[in-house]
Amino acid sequence: MTKLTSGISRRNIIKTSAVGAGALAMPLVFTGSAGAYTNEPKGSDVTFGFNVPQTGAYADEGADELRAYELAVEHINGEGDGGMMNTMKPLSLKGNGVNGKKVKYVTGDTQTKADAARASAKSMIEKDGAIMISGGSSSGVAIAVQGLCQDAGVIFMAGLTHSNDTTGKDKKANGFRHFFNAYMSAAALAPVLKSAYGDDRNVYHLTADYTWGWTQEKSIVAATEAMGWNTVKTVLTPLTTKDFSSYIAPIIASGADTLVLNHYGGNMINSLTSAVEFGLRGKQVNGKDFQIIVPLYSRLMAQGAGENVKGIYGSTNWHWSLQDEGSQAFVKSFGKKYKRPPSQAAHTTYVQALLYADACERSGTFNPCGVGEALEGHKFDGMGNGPTEYRAADHQCFKDVLVVKGKEKPESDFDLLEVVEVTPRAQVEYAPDHEMFAGGSLGKCNPGA
Amino acid sequence: MDAVFLQFLNGLDKGSAYALIALGLTLIFGTLGVVNFAHGALFMIGAFCAVVMRKILTLESVVLSTTEKTPWGDAKEIRTPYIETWFGDVGTTMIEYSVIFSIFFAIPVMMFIGVVMERGLIKHFYKRPHADQILVTFGLAIVLQEVIKAWFGANPIPQPAPASLTGSVDVGIWLGMTAESLVYPLWRLIYFAFSAIIIACTFAFLQLTTYGMVVRAGMADRETVGLLGIDIDKRFTFMFGLAAVITGLAGVMYTPILSPNYTLGMDFLVLCFVVVVVGGMGSLPGAVVAGFLLGILQSFAAMNEVKAILPGIDQIIIYLVAVIVLMTRPRGLMGRKGVMED
Amino acid sequence: MFANLKNNDKLIMLGFTIMVFAGPIILAPFGAGYPDLLQRFAIFGIFAIGFNILFGLTGYLSFGHAAFLGVGSYSAMWMFKLLTMNVIPALILSVIISALFSVVIGYMSLRRSGIYFSILTLAFAQMSYNLAYSVFTPVTNGETGLQLRLQDARILDAVNTSGSLPSPSLFGLKLSATTVVEAFGMRFQFNWGFYFCAIVLIIMFYISLRIFRSPFGLMLRAVKTNQNRLNYTGINTRPYTLGAFVISGVYAGLAGALLVCTDPLAGAERMQWTASGEVVLMTILGGAGTLIGPVIGAGAIKYAENIFSKINDTVLEGYFAFMPETISDFFVFIVSPFVGEGWHLMLGLIFMLVVTFLPGGLVEGATRITGWIVSLGKKSKSVDANGSTEAAE
Repeated sequence: MTKLTSGISRRNIIKTSAVGAGALAMPLVFTGSAGAYTNEPKGSDVTFGFNVPQTGAYADEGADELRAYELAVEHINGEGDGGMMNTMKPLSLKGNGVNGKKVKYVTGDTQTKADAARASAKSMIEKDGAIMISGGSSSGVAIAVQGLCQDAGVIFMAGLTHSNDTTGKDKKANGFRHFFNAYMSAAALAPVLKSAYGDDRNVYHLTADYTWGWTQEKSIVAATEAMGWNTVKTVLTPLTTKDFSSYIAPIIASGADTLVLNHYGGNMINSLTSAVEFGLRGKQVNGKDFQIIVPLYSRLMAQGAGENVKGIYGSTNWHWSLQDEGSQAFVKSFGKKYKRPPSQAAHTTYVQALLYADACERSGTFNPCGVGEALEGHKFDGMGNGPTEYRAADHQCFKDVLVVKGKEKPESDFDLLEVVEVTPRAQVEYAPDHEMFAGGSLGKCNPGA
Repeated sequence: MDAVFLQFLNGLDKGSAYALIALGLTLIFGTLGVVNFAHGALFMIGAFCAVVMRKILTLESVVLSTTEKTPWGDAKEIRTPYIETWFGDVGTTMIEYSVIFSIFFAIPVMMFIGVVMERGLIKHFYKRPHADQILVTFGLAIVLQEVIKAWFGANPIPQPAPASLTGSVDVGIWLGMTAESLVYPLWRLIYFAFSAIIIACTFAFLQLTTYGMVVRAGMADRETVGLLGIDIDKRFTFMFGLAAVITGLAGVMYTPILSPNYTLGMDFLVLCFVVVVVGGMGSLPGAVVAGFLLGILQSFAAMNEVKAILPGIDQIIIYLVAVIVLMTRPRGLMGRKGVMED
Repeated sequence: MFANLKNNDKLIMLGFTIMVFAGPIILAPFGAGYPDLLQRFAIFGIFAIGFNILFGLTGYLSFGHAAFLGVGSYSAMWMFKLLTMNVIPALILSVIISALFSVVIGYMSLRRSGIYFSILTLAFAQMSYNLAYSVFTPVTNGETGLQLRLQDARILDAVNTSGSLPSPSLFGLKLSATTVVEAFGMRFQFNWGFYFCAIVLIIMFYISLRIFRSPFGLMLRAVKTNQNRLNYTGINTRPYTLGAFVISGVYAGLAGALLVCTDPLAGAERMQWTASGEVVLMTILGGAGTLIGPVIGAGAIKYAENIFSKINDTVLEGYFAFMPETISDFFVFIVSPFVGEGWHLMLGLIFMLVVTFLPGGLVEGATRITGWIVSLGKKSKSVDANGSTEAAE
């Protein structure tokens, strides 16, 4: 480095800089103490990373996801009443953490933006030593973070992400999704819609302009056209839209008699409210009552949209009113702690955290490849959705799908949706190379390091 | 044709919000010569006045039910707002109409905030470059936004309009069209009427009262008015407060249309600056005209027929107009020559 | 002694280089020594240095520089997708495209000054952002963000048979490779991506230093002082200001390219006007018009964003644990709104204070403090003039 004092030219700077970088980093390569895989836990505890939207259009869901994660960690560590640990079958967890290590967690804010979510996940992996990342409302975020986790060599347990692409063309070996997807929603909804609204409808779509919206629109269009409905027009709306009035106005002139809102969270609350405000629901078109459909529903959204959801059909991954043992146990321990029933977002993230921990315990390691192997093809029950399977070919869970409807006479603040039909798994299942999911490959699991 | 009418109404509705905010911004710029980047925050605070009012009205007593249970097995909490216990049905109606009460609540609050802002911060920046004013008010906007976030959280807080004022009305019938051909949400019509009244009042105040005349004289030539022995500074402080009230009321009335959250200010800030620039810096009628004009343009750009010809035009129309106006006529539609052209 | 140092650019460069290269070691004790944050320090340092060439020297306040950053990111991503994972072509293309972009926007915006200029840049940037978000989806992949795919052409690279996505590299050297050293009870992480960004940062810093000292830089300062007078003396200032605008646009484009070199995904959000506001904050906070200020400002804000934002009540209670409980509770209550999720509040307050009292930013603050210490030393007739060598301008 003494060279630097003897006059600096631009060329010299570049040269010495390069030498400097080499000098600092090179010799240390040999002293590096790499683990067998990224962030191999060495102490008495292990860190999970929970990356959820705390601001942005999906902040409501994010807050509920975070509550569920906290509860899951409590249960894994053997605190609280155990929740679904009492009903999960098979179960390897012993209530003493995972592989004898106590679970700690760090949280991050995805801001419902791909950039921010990646930055937040990266810092959890690099700074906090997170062994897995879970979370992500918004499929755009989930896909972005899933890609990052694949590169970094950690497992990604997807939270609320409903796009076909998450386990379709953007699937990754290190990524796993418990939540259902747009194709399943469409497959479950179509027969119910047909019996409720007939087979002659003109449909107008408003679609959130990103991967989830695109795939959901495609799935619903395919399913409804197969039963004879006609698609009048599809319009994309930016995710950041707040006032939907100028998108609603053209619907009235279009001659459509059915509106499909491919919106979620704050988007859906605003667009549905606008649609009702503009009198769409009371309207008669072509001698039929105008109908609105929200293919992906959640109780939090129903709460936000208030009165307007009454009688509107949609599908959901899980609902707190389910009477099976697992759901009851979960509602009980969540309700006791937070004084409210859990949302479907909370349910899926809670289950994902438990499934991950269980897979680690079962395989006896935190190595992403070992854990991934334990999850692939894993069949389990008692988690609120009936018998469920993590399909090995695309890391997507297959289970029954709930078709729900906004309740006409709610009995409490939370009692907003009623389950109309439980669509069996067989009816929503598809081949891994189905055209809506084709074009990607899992690749190989990456343990990093 | 109906679609065109509908978009026109939509435009008026959007435009009335833009016009109100831009009017406040222009009052501040015209009187004090300050470029206020915290103006969007005033709109947001106005909206949160409505939230606070509703919170006050719905303060509840909590009693544990002896018979009913929650799904998780606890005794169910029965919540009754105090105001309902005290006044019965009148109380329920008061909660229902909380937006209206919020207006009276917001006026003193916004006036106070405006005066504090001017006396506490802005007055130290009269003599400093516009860039410094932009920067310090930008900092203030961040602070105000974060304070609101810390108190009210990051999620939007829905504020329903009174039940009797929600729903839609058949505007078409009034205009002699067939029934159901032109249906428009009632509250949005009310918003338009409200802003028209506020704008009219502001102009009447400036044109017809002595106080307003002195202020206008001060805007034209501050020093001369000062030499006449009039304490123009005090009046300008009041005008700042008035601008805050106008903007705040725009926010209060907007809450049923858009659930307020902390980003509301930043969302509207850029838009209302564009409106002011298009109207002409410092021109009050310009701000109002440009507000409505841009609102209507934005609505028409959102029509499918227009988007089919120019894809994406609805996303950029406002900015495009601003660029064209600034390139060809930098003083804006109705601005005076020489303002801010240095 | 201090006065001698002031103009010694060689020492500035030397000090700067050492500090940057030793970053992973210096910052590790502060919890900031991990690659992602270090890379951000360097990248946003470049962004802010570039912005400072425009704002610090000419006084033109642009609220739209994030657009150039975004354009740089997208061009670099397309190089990764079409040509090769080597970062050099990506950097070259992003420089070219962002230069073209800034020539067009700069040419139009610089026809106006003052707030009109600010609004024009803001309008152009918002248009770019909104288009990237909507109709340009085939190019930008909109909200989902532009990312690498296995099926991308990458015509210069060997056929990928591994089944996993390639990562950006410098002639085969993977930028994501990190060497971890554990010593003194701490983890030191040396990452190639950071050192690559660091080298670019040092080069860009050197260029900025040369611009500050050149006649061109002098002319830009003259524009800031009194543009009218320059115009009256018959000098056309437009080419100079446009030059500064394009240079700062290229800096931003380069920063954008480096962002995707270290993390290959480009989201549209990085073009939003609030992102432009962030670089304004960085530059002013550190000290507009000073050499080192923008880098310090960028570092301070990125540090706060990543470290301060993680301080929650539990951590705070740890800090104040030595006090009696009621007092510590009180302190936690007072401090907690300003850290953790509320770090923006602190940032806004500090920014306001800086604009009001320290127009020269943190650098001016440091200079004032050193000046005060020196004068204090002189008063007490001590010869201990150990003024810090950090003040660069």
